[in-house]
Amino acid sequence: MGPSGGGKTSILRMLAGLEKPDAGEIYFNGKLANSLSVQERGIGFVFQNYALFKHMTVFDNIAYGLKVKKTRPAVIKERVHNLINIMGLEGTENKFPDQLSGGQRQRVAFARALAPEPKLLLLDEPFAAIDAKIRKELRVWLRSLINEFGTTTIFVTHDQDEAIEVADEIIIIQKGQVEQQGTPWEIYNQPASAFVASFIGESNKLDAPLSLNGFPELSEYKGPDVQVLIRPEWIEIHSENAPVRPEAGQEGTVRHVHFRGDSWYLEIELLNGIRLFTYQAINQQVYQPGDKVNIFIHRLSVFTPKETRILENRSKVDLMPINL
Amino acid sequence: MRKVFISITVLLFVLILILPFISIVFGAFQNGVGPVIQAFKRPEAIHALTVTFIITVIVVILNAVIGVILSLEIVRGKWIPKWLHSFINIMIDLPFSVSPVIGGLMIILLFGPTTVLGMFFENIGFKIVFALPGMVMATVFVTFPLMVREIVPVLSELGTSSEEASATLGAGPVRTFFQITLPSIRWAVYYGLVLTIARSVGEFGAVLVVSGNIINQTQTATTLVYQDSVNNNIVAADSVALLLGILSILVLLVLEWMKNRKEGRVYAYRGKKFRKALWSISSGQPSKFSN
Repeated sequence: MGPSGGGKTSILRMLAGLEKPDAGEIYFNGKLANSLSVQERGIGFVFQNYALFKHMTVFDNIAYGLKVKKTRPAVIKERVHNLINIMGLEGTENKFPDQLSGGQRQRVAFARALAPEPKLLLLDEPFAAIDAKIRKELRVWLRSLINEFGTTTIFVTHDQDEAIEVADEIIIIQKGQVEQQGTPWEIYNQPASAFVASFIGESNKLDAPLSLNGFPELSEYKGPDVQVLIRPEWIEIHSENAPVRPEAGQEGTVRHVHFRGDSWYLEIELLNGIRLFTYQAINQQVYQPGDKVNIFIHRLSVFTPKETRILENRSKVDLMPINL
Repeated sequence: MRKVFISITVLLFVLILILPFISIVFGAFQNGVGPVIQAFKRPEAIHALTVTFIITVIVVILNAVIGVILSLEIVRGKWIPKWLHSFINIMIDLPFSVSPVIGGLMIILLFGPTTVLGMFFENIGFKIVFALPGMVMATVFVTFPLMVREIVPVLSELGTSSEEASATLGAGPVRTFFQITLPSIRWAVYYGLVLTIARSVGEFGAVLVVSGNIINQTQTATTLVYQDSVNNNIVAADSVALLLGILSILVLLVLEWMKNRKEGRVYAYRGKKFRKALWSISSGQPSKFSN
């Protein structure tokens, strides 16, 4: 996953053998694969535009890889029909690609890639052309498909919601470099760099030097290369009359509110001029611009060229401040 | 105002196409059906029609092969630098802009009886100028752009992703070419071939120059019409011209049917096809009004 132009598709194509790397080696199961031709690599590829064979029926499209392998016609028939049933394409066997809907074409593309039982499945932004709403359903579908077939799958996308929901492991690529590799949980909660933190999920971006209640460590960071990121879900809002921990919260004023369907978007200005945005669930207290609030920041991330640090609000650690 | 323009257009259409065609019909049958049949039974007429037929068949086969290969190289050839592309485009459009007579002249200058190449080929028994090979060459020169101009846009639009998909499924280059590439461009190829047929049958200028118009040897249907009209044999000229005219109309009908079959592929030259087909016929047919 990564921003457009970062090299994700290029890497995928190099794995497939469609492009030659200028340097470096590719190993499949420990064996060097650089010299293998595209045909020999035993991979399945689903293209962004599906690349279905327009002059062939759905059946022939899916059967193509099996015919190349000279599988017996009876076996081909059985496997293709099996795949058609799994993909929910019953009734389309004799139709041509231009008679199908976008979703059907995409399932044909998947079926075609899976028919010859590849050891590696490569998906190049296969959901790019699909409506946002259907994409969400397809993520669940894809997950269960991969689980059922058990094929190692590499999925290229620039949609981070997709990556987080579908992947067992995510590799973040920017400008040809690997920024971080890890599980979705690790990537989200322990981002290795400011880029990863801001690419995945949303963040308030603040510059040093700054001071916030509950984070005395922030005073150590003064330089211009320091980035402080606070995710909106780490910010808890309370009205000024009912603060959670008065010594740990920050006073602020609501400056902007707008409705998002399932939540409210709020922008709060703190006393020292910092503006933070966060979300408030629909069933909770509604705020208006001008309301005075007290916010509690649970944690934040600090990124410097030398280190990455996640700081917890001190008052959470020290639950019993001694106030004798 | 629009009605005025439409009326003028229809009038022009009638004057330039319909009236001359009707006059050909009347000119051919002015003495009845008998002389028309006689005109076709003449040995030189049968020979000329045979020559036209043979040239067309050979040119169609050559164009099919050369057209596809050339188009593939132009669109996908990785060895062609960017600046060469515009040069190649000019070369392909050359036969359109240059008079076919010049095309024929080029062949005479290159392969004529007094040239190095011409004498070399004649010595090994392969006469080019004033013989069939030269005429085939001249006709290929005039028709191969039609093939390339049909296939190249389709290839450009299709891209290579289907071929890449075929490769990832294990298919080698040969299988991919015959099962994926060729079928994907077949309608462009068919269309180009029908245009080639229309153009080959109607070709006049280039073939006249290269062939020398030797009766019963290198005469084609079109040069026969020319000769008959020069000799004032109106009936014969109009008879053969009528046959060629009817053939052209049939070709146009086939083209129209094919266009509908082509399932709405988007071309840059869409609007020009009908004009091109008309042009290819009208430029090959000599008018009996000119001397």
